[in-house]
Amino acid sequence: MNNRQELNPMVRPDRPVVELWLMFFANKAAVLGLVLWLLVVFTAVFGLTIYTGDPFEMVGAPMTPPGAEFLLGTDYLGRDVLTGIIHGASITLAIGFSATICTVIIGVVIGVLAGYYGRWVDNLLMRVTEFFQVLPPMLFVMVLISLFTPSIYLIVLAIAVVSWTGMARLTRAEFLKIKELEYVTAERAMGARNASIMAKVILPNALPPLIVAVALNVGTAILFEAALSFLGLGDPNAYSWGYMIGSSREYIWDSWWTITFPGFAIFLTVLGVSLIGDGLNDALNPKLREL
Amino acid sequence: MKQEPLLQVNGLCVEFSTKNGSVRVLNQLDLHLLPGEALGIVGESGCGKSMTALSIMRLVPTPPGEISNGQILLNGDDVLQLTESQMEDIRGNEISMIFQEPMTSLNPVFTIGSQVSENIRRHQSANTSQAKEKTIQMLEAVGIPAPELRIDQYPHELSGGMRQRVMIAMALSCQPSVLIADEPTTALDVTIQAQIFELLRKIQEEMATSVILITHDMSVIAEFADRVIVMYAGRKVEEGLVRDIIDNSCHPYTQGLINCVPVLKRDPGLKRVELNEIPGVVPNLAQLGPGCSFAPRCHKVVDRCYQEMPPEQQVGENHYASCWRVGDAA
Amino acid sequence: MKYEYSVKVDDLRTHFKVHRPHLFAEQPTVYAVDGVSFEIEPGKTFGLVGESGCGKSTTALSVLRLVEPTSGSVELNGVDICQLSENDLRNYRRHMQIIFQDPYSSMNPRTTAGEIIRTPLRILKIGTPKEQHERVEELLGLVGLRPEQKNLYPHQFSGGQRQRICVARALAPNPDFIVCDEPVSALDVAIQSQILNLLARLQQEFGLTYLFISHDMAVVQHICDEIAVMYLGRIVEKADRRSLFLDVQHPYTKALLAAVPTTDNNSKLSFVSLKGDVPSPMDPPSGCHFHTRCPMAETRCSKEIPKLRQVLPNHWVACHLV
Repeated sequence: MNNRQELNPMVRPDRPVVELWLMFFANKAAVLGLVLWLLVVFTAVFGLTIYTGDPFEMVGAPMTPPGAEFLLGTDYLGRDVLTGIIHGASITLAIGFSATICTVIIGVVIGVLAGYYGRWVDNLLMRVTEFFQVLPPMLFVMVLISLFTPSIYLIVLAIAVVSWTGMARLTRAEFLKIKELEYVTAERAMGARNASIMAKVILPNALPPLIVAVALNVGTAILFEAALSFLGLGDPNAYSWGYMIGSSREYIWDSWWTITFPGFAIFLTVLGVSLIGDGLNDALNPKLREL
Repeated sequence: MKQEPLLQVNGLCVEFSTKNGSVRVLNQLDLHLLPGEALGIVGESGCGKSMTALSIMRLVPTPPGEISNGQILLNGDDVLQLTESQMEDIRGNEISMIFQEPMTSLNPVFTIGSQVSENIRRHQSANTSQAKEKTIQMLEAVGIPAPELRIDQYPHELSGGMRQRVMIAMALSCQPSVLIADEPTTALDVTIQAQIFELLRKIQEEMATSVILITHDMSVIAEFADRVIVMYAGRKVEEGLVRDIIDNSCHPYTQGLINCVPVLKRDPGLKRVELNEIPGVVPNLAQLGPGCSFAPRCHKVVDRCYQEMPPEQQVGENHYASCWRVGDAA
Repeated sequence: MKYEYSVKVDDLRTHFKVHRPHLFAEQPTVYAVDGVSFEIEPGKTFGLVGESGCGKSTTALSVLRLVEPTSGSVELNGVDICQLSENDLRNYRRHMQIIFQDPYSSMNPRTTAGEIIRTPLRILKIGTPKEQHERVEELLGLVGLRPEQKNLYPHQFSGGQRQRICVARALAPNPDFIVCDEPVSALDVAIQSQILNLLARLQQEFGLTYLFISHDMAVVQHICDEIAVMYLGRIVEKADRRSLFLDVQHPYTKALLAAVPTTDNNSKLSFVSLKGDVPSPMDPPSGCHFHTRCPMAETRCSKEIPKLRQVLPNHWVACHLV
């Protein structure tokens, strides 16, 4: 046979993962999002070791404006806002991540089963999904939480219960599309088992849109938690950003800083994940890759 | 007998800019089309045959593409100098095009009647009822049964062959002088392909339309075209009358292209014979050397082929080839 | 043990139920494969040819039970694969492999060429990982690729090279029987001949049995020893390659042959143009499915289903008028 089938170096990309990161880092907005996000993670992880102290502790005069003594001021009980923000970072992140993980687990499992097996499995699971979809999410979460004692676990679970439907539908759509492709049939022709086809063949190929959805989901979960805490339905023992805003909402005209700084923290964090999500979306979109 | 060409392309170059610099997908292409003639353009994917069609229609996607050089003369006027709105008057009116995919080249949300008549109304000052009448007439001409009923159908209600007939009706509705058919039957079954070519041949005779047929299939060319251009890697390598090209081709690429395809025989014999192959794959257009781009796959190659681009030589009446080994014994 | 036939397909039927058009409608059935029988001798190539929608690809998938047949039997080396349990079938798949039409969609884009070729060995647990990797390099050489190309991803290959990888993957577990489902239809003409020659060479070297599906008469004529023409789920004519073309009997086969364009003016059959399109397999015409387009049809054709009967040595036709 001839061996003149030269591969041309021009279209020789790196491994897909490397290529993805190169695309991602070429996107300035996405890098900004990543920087914001790293900042939050850094605050959450190292902030407590540098800036120790209990956020619930009343350390100064109530409603001290930002200044030399308290960098971001104190709230109506004299609690330090900066300590609160640093503590809140870890709580907010924890809730954002764990709610997203629960969302992904529920959504992906249901989506995979419905998309792969089709027929009655699909019918049944999609009716269940639709049931959850038609409930107004905020109201449903509020009902769930008021039925039990609010705790951080319950909040995470409640957020997951209302947000998995999108993930399930997306996973199902990807599975429906990919399972028709010939490489899946080829895998069956080689004697592969259903579980291995789902997990090792279809799922990796369905990941790109899922990754984007996951990134955006973190943002939604954080906003959900903030809204709940604002309404006074959050875990009273968790000093999250939403709690800070909620507890100070009556003093907004007297101490703008008690609400502005946590609000700004939420804004930057959610903006960060959105930018990362958009960046991943562009980097994972094969149509935008070449040219 | 010398006829004035209807369409003449001189030194056409099309470049695409990519991440790694610009790639020339069409290189110094010359061609002409006589009135009433069927010209075939044949070659493998990536040889520039579809790009030639898009350039003539001035539909090269810009950016990244750009017509960097050359002239395209339609009745003596250079279409490359026209404004976009002048060009819109020509497209679908003077020059029409039909595409490979009859499934995707019709708009799924409009009835076929409205799609055909819109083209008529755009180019000819016809009112709604005149356009409808003309539409029915056109659909009848392309062999669609019961056209009065069909005009209210949507594309998905028609079969592939019927859709391609609608495309042809649309393309011909303004009596264009040039019809470009880009792989019009590649997506269709052979029996339907035969019907479509029968139709194109009939229309070509009745309306005296010149046709440019773009295909990868030499046997389709053999059945339909009068004259043929063989393209390779953005260049024309051979040009001539169909019988001359098929029976006495001079360029090793053309010979390879003809010989590598199994031909349907009356008596295939009991034993299978080995097919001739063209070794290797089409080259990357970004990495062409100074010489003949076919040289690395050519069985007649000599040193000179790698160093210098062979010029076009006349090898017979209306028969041209670009190869250093033309005339040498094989 | 030697068998007279490597593959024996008997009265294979695959019917699909499709969505009802409205709630109270009867659920429509597509008779994709409707009583297909054929045998393939060891080391031979059997061709199935027909237009789109004739059921040739469904036949290919049903023969391997990648689509579950409704009834009928498929014997491979004397084992009826339609009777095998899920588990036994999985293990038996090492004897039968498939090559698909589209080399772009038949490979997982996230795995390297080497991994793709190794997949059947991994799934069927053939050899140690080290032996598997050696086998991959050997296979790459067999199909005309270089061993170091195993680390590249599918999109880094051309269409022809991809099809070579698919051939290597099908060969990996040393099968006896390979279904080739339009293996060259998506390729450039110059590449088609390379793949056809490769398939022919491998068949000789390993004594493979092929079921070759194609819509291209010339390709089928070139590569197959025996050929069956399908129309709307049924075989209308079946013969060895010489007899089919020299003594073509069925009016559909004649029309199909006449429609094939050719560069050779002398071999052209007199032109019989078929009117209309292939009817929907959801609602096939009664009697002989072809009678709606047949230039010779009589009243009998719309009533009785013609049986496939032998008219010449090695030549069977399903037509009342032959």
